[in-house]
Amino acid sequence: MRYRSLSAALLLGCSMTIAHAADGGLLATGGVTSIEGSAGGGIVPWAVLGSYAEDDEWGGTVTLSQASVDDFRLSVMGASLNYRNRVEFSLARQTFDLSSIGGELNQNIFGVKYRVAGDLIYGNLPQISAGIQYKENTRFGLPDAVGAQRDSDFDAYLAVSRAWLAGPFDRTWLVNATVRATRANQIGLLGFGGDKSDSHELVAELAAGVFLHRSLAVGMEYRQKPNNLNFADEDDWVSAFVAWFPTKSVSITGAFLDLGDIAGLESQQGYYLSLQAAF
Amino acid sequence: MKIAGLSLAALLLGALSFTAPAAQASSLYQDLGEQRGIELLMEEMLFNIADDRRIRHHFVETDMAHLHQMLSEQICELAGGPCVYSGEEMVESHTGLDISRGDFNALVEALQLAMDDNDIPVGVQNRLLALLAPMHHEIVNL
Repeated sequence: MRYRSLSAALLLGCSMTIAHAADGGLLATGGVTSIEGSAGGGIVPWAVLGSYAEDDEWGGTVTLSQASVDDFRLSVMGASLNYRNRVEFSLARQTFDLSSIGGELNQNIFGVKYRVAGDLIYGNLPQISAGIQYKENTRFGLPDAVGAQRDSDFDAYLAVSRAWLAGPFDRTWLVNATVRATRANQIGLLGFGGDKSDSHELVAELAAGVFLHRSLAVGMEYRQKPNNLNFADEDDWVSAFVAWFPTKSVSITGAFLDLGDIAGLESQQGYYLSLQAAF
Repeated sequence: MKIAGLSLAALLLGALSFTAPAAQASSLYQDLGEQRGIELLMEEMLFNIADDRRIRHHFVETDMAHLHQMLSEQICELAGGPCVYSGEEMVESHTGLDISRGDFNALVEALQLAMDDNDIPVGVQNRLLALLAPMHHEIVNL
């Protein structure tokens, strides 16, 4: 069922690509697709909305991503729709391979993001968006066993993004700050709430980057995380990324990840690769 | 981890510590190739616009030679050159033209392509775009 809805979204995306591609926005202003399906960087949702929809356009994206660290591998299929650069609907299906422990975990994430005010580039106000992610963990056996309290939950976030066209070194800079209310363990892959803490808490997520050229950006992201489970400490995440936008149809993102300790396995580092098609 | 966090802080600080654009405006005129360079750039941009089916309909009744002169004057003055823009106020000249956000961005892209073709370096491109972006509200959806 879930696969079918995602496949339908992918098919819809492909057929819309052929029919019409939204291109009212400037290159890279839709960001890339985060691991939770919402537009942003790689590990943080930003205030930007996916695709290049402007005015009365519909736009969308489809994305395949993979994060591979020492003892785990996360694969993500994502799709999003954007109407009038005002509201974004997103869908992500995550598969988390426990490479060295054995087995896998799954999660589906349904997201809505609404641009409340402002703009990434123009006017006095930065772009301000509010979003909700509904997450359901569909392989709850292991999370249940390590103390997670439930298999589905909501995250809510407020994000602010702004670009400076000619910032330091006459380069275009982008800064994003996001505040999220969450009780997800490892973004929900280990369920929601725990034996140590079982309430939503506010976490900070930051991103900053610079465009070396209008089609090539480098930057870093930081994501604070809750620590709800007694069985293992959960660390904050950091990434350093490169994103390339050869055209408005395609973007490729690579990153170095430092995810800290995950489920008791220490110092998980590795790489991230993401391919997005926009229409 | 610690080092990465520190670098992020440095990046954020870098982005927030603003370099004053006014101090650079005097040399932007030179960096754009002075009057001749700006005229060539505007010519190239207008060719790109004429090729762009998203926005060319806005220009079918436009006197392109006059528009070219006005744009060249305006950019020259904005960039700190010895010109005086003799055209209408932005709001006045764009009211009722039904220019959308997408139209404005399409024009920005026409300019970016023209700057690429005229070998204008990225930093100079960004300085010019930063001077033009504040006009957005004087042009779009009026």
